[in-house]
Amino acid sequence: MANSIKIRKGTDIRLAGEAEKTLETLKRARVFAVRPPDFHGVIPRMMVKEGDRVLAGDALFHDKYNEAIKFSSPVSGEVSEVVRGEKRRILAVLIKADAANEYRSFSHQNAASTKKEELIKILLEAGVWPFLRQRPYAVVADPTLSPKAIFVSGFDSSPLAPDPDFVLNGEIENFQEGINALNILAAGKPVHLSYKKGSSALTGIQKATLHEVSGPHPAGNVGVQIHHIDPINKGEVVWYVDPQDVANIGRFLKTGKVDFTRVVALTGSEVKAPKYYRTTVGAQLSDMLSGQLSEGNVRVINGNVLTGETSSADGYLGYFSHQVTCIPEGTEPQFLLTTGWLGLGFDKYSISRSFPTWLMPKSKKFKLNTNSNGEERAFVVTGQYEEVFPFDIYPVQLLKSIIVNDLDAMEKLGIYEVAPEDFALCEYVCTSKIDAQRIIREGLDTARIEFS
Amino acid sequence: MKGLHNFIDKKLKPNFTEGGKLSKFWVVFDALETFAFTPGHVTKSGAHIRDGIDLKRTMFMVILALVPCLLFGTWNAGHQYYASIGQEADLWAKLGVGALKVLPLVVVSYGVGLGIEFVFAGIRKHSINEGFLVSGMLIPLIMPVDVPLWMVAIATAFAVIIGKEVFGGTGMNILNIALTSRAFLFFAYPKQMSGEIWIHDVAANKTAGLLVDGHTGATALGHLANTVGKAADSAEVKGIMAQFEPGGMFSFENSFLGLIPGSIGETSTLACLIGAAILLFTGIGSWRIMLSFLIGGLTMGWLFNLAGANAFMGVSPLHQVVMGGFMFGLVFMATDPVTAAQTATGKLIYGFFGGFLSIMIRVFNGAYPEGVMMAVLFMNVMAPLIDHYVIQANINRRMKRSALQTA
Repeated sequence: MANSIKIRKGTDIRLAGEAEKTLETLKRARVFAVRPPDFHGVIPRMMVKEGDRVLAGDALFHDKYNEAIKFSSPVSGEVSEVVRGEKRRILAVLIKADAANEYRSFSHQNAASTKKEELIKILLEAGVWPFLRQRPYAVVADPTLSPKAIFVSGFDSSPLAPDPDFVLNGEIENFQEGINALNILAAGKPVHLSYKKGSSALTGIQKATLHEVSGPHPAGNVGVQIHHIDPINKGEVVWYVDPQDVANIGRFLKTGKVDFTRVVALTGSEVKAPKYYRTTVGAQLSDMLSGQLSEGNVRVINGNVLTGETSSADGYLGYFSHQVTCIPEGTEPQFLLTTGWLGLGFDKYSISRSFPTWLMPKSKKFKLNTNSNGEERAFVVTGQYEEVFPFDIYPVQLLKSIIVNDLDAMEKLGIYEVAPEDFALCEYVCTSKIDAQRIIREGLDTARIEFS
Repeated sequence: MKGLHNFIDKKLKPNFTEGGKLSKFWVVFDALETFAFTPGHVTKSGAHIRDGIDLKRTMFMVILALVPCLLFGTWNAGHQYYASIGQEADLWAKLGVGALKVLPLVVVSYGVGLGIEFVFAGIRKHSINEGFLVSGMLIPLIMPVDVPLWMVAIATAFAVIIGKEVFGGTGMNILNIALTSRAFLFFAYPKQMSGEIWIHDVAANKTAGLLVDGHTGATALGHLANTVGKAADSAEVKGIMAQFEPGGMFSFENSFLGLIPGSIGETSTLACLIGAAILLFTGIGSWRIMLSFLIGGLTMGWLFNLAGANAFMGVSPLHQVVMGGFMFGLVFMATDPVTAAQTATGKLIYGFFGGFLSIMIRVFNGAYPEGVMMAVLFMNVMAPLIDHYVIQANINRRMKRSALQTA
């Protein structure tokens, strides 16, 4: 019997452009990219050169501070380019894919009969490990630490997020194998798996503590679930994995092949026919997006509208993205009386009730653009973040402690329990347009340097 | 509107940008441009979409909520004037007299306040914050009708510079700006502020012998303060208290509707309640503060009833809260998010003691009949302390949890 968790605070932003439940399997992209910036805090050291041939599962680079953590190519092909940005920072490693995929083969056996050390070793070697992330700090898990629990949030509650039952359809066996592996890694500590109230795909999973979660976004955020199930205290570490990546881990262990297939939802008001695609981590997005984008200035987001990263129409699917969202850019200035701050604002979506949109029926969906709808100001309004922040933490006070770089206060106010994504809704609702996620990331970086 | 924006962007803007001949006035230009056109700024980091609300909209909602008080106050200024000299007058005559008194106050308040904001924004090279849009409207509404304009100008300047800018501007101040200006006048010009200024021209009319019997130009609380220290059954006290009975000048009904002398915007509880409805409906005002403030005031009023040491204490709690600035302070002053407590629990404590002290000060201290101002300013000072303890409780919970785990 699953524990039931009810989240009351939060909100579901009613965005237009939900994906229709049809699945198209894309032909294999020609170019793939593995992008170090997807793994916050990792400083890549290249293990291949441009022109080298790699198999799917061959390591491309490793972390400078932890050489065991390797990042592998999702396909076989030729390393065509190492894209560098400012200060020669590596932004992406591009691989020109072969016509037929060749896999590096890893010894494989049932997860259940593998020892923890052995399992860690093989996951690290194949570059499957980075699917495991840890809190505090929301970074790739450190294999030398012992987590007090491993969490899998079985669903995503963010705007236009893919339906968990749909994307895991046919993957349940792999998922179970992935959970088995997580149990080995947890070494006797619990593996918590949550599913959305009303969804059915994961209710039959064995060897995990099940939690039935209901409520508005951010109910699906793993951080919220950790907080309500077993909050992180100072000195503790938990690991977490996205559900499709649990299936990826399972598939790897069953076949010994690195095959990071993933079902991705293409969503947003600027997509002509939003639906699901079967593709691979790192695949170039152009195949998916060709013919699908509306005219005009469109922002392509790798991920959801709250936490995703701006991409371009020929960008690459992020390592942790299971959604691509396309919304209009909002570069048009808004005249005060018509569409600006004095306008009636029938097209403005707002959590506050100062726009009439809250009177509209719940079924009404909104086409929102990227305009910030105002300029950055000091904190003025209070009590706003708390409405969408289901933690026993004072969000504004935590942000202020980070702004003034007071490590002691950050620790006391609960920095270990949060990640930028948990502040995404705060950032969305903020009257003063403060970049809460960026501030939290800075705080986490500072704390990580100081305390570890 | 595209044409207008193009004209501003292409023709006017270059004059104000770096190197332009009017670049010193960039702040002013920027403020006016962003006032007219929400800029086409798009999100760069974090959430790609943002809520429709911004500080301008928030402040505008508060101003909207103040409009009933402003309109009623304007009318009442005229109404009190004609009532004091016993003349009948129609709606427009009353509004006319009122507008002649109120509009200059509004103009002076905004002129002085915004002028200072512009100068500071220019010096600090940041854009102009919207905070004063509300303060500039609050200041005239808590002034007596006959307050000299130069005093309002000085008070506004004091409040904006010492109350706000020295702390870093909007969002950084400790004390409510509008109340700071009022407190400044109260202490800097006690003679002028306690004199006969609550009804237009009442002093001159008194000298000329034009006043109607019973009109002294004093406010309800001024009258009540006079009863303190006198025997409850003396003729004088009885005479005063009769005015608070049904049908009297300061009856519950008159006090609720606001047909009594007082600061311009504060007299009508009804207008304040309409404002409160707007603030609560839009979610901009804190219901926690409003509710707990009211409960605090009623509790103190009830406790005074129990004590009943003098006639003032005997006034019913409901009558207490509709008199003076209590409701105006409750709806518009105590709820100022910057100076109030910031935590949900803190707001309840802050509001309760705000209301509690308002009634306590007005009854105990005859020199300060307007207890709300003192109470809210005092609670402004206490708010960070309240928050500190609320947050400390949260921290302790976390520490305790941590200790349990390791034990």
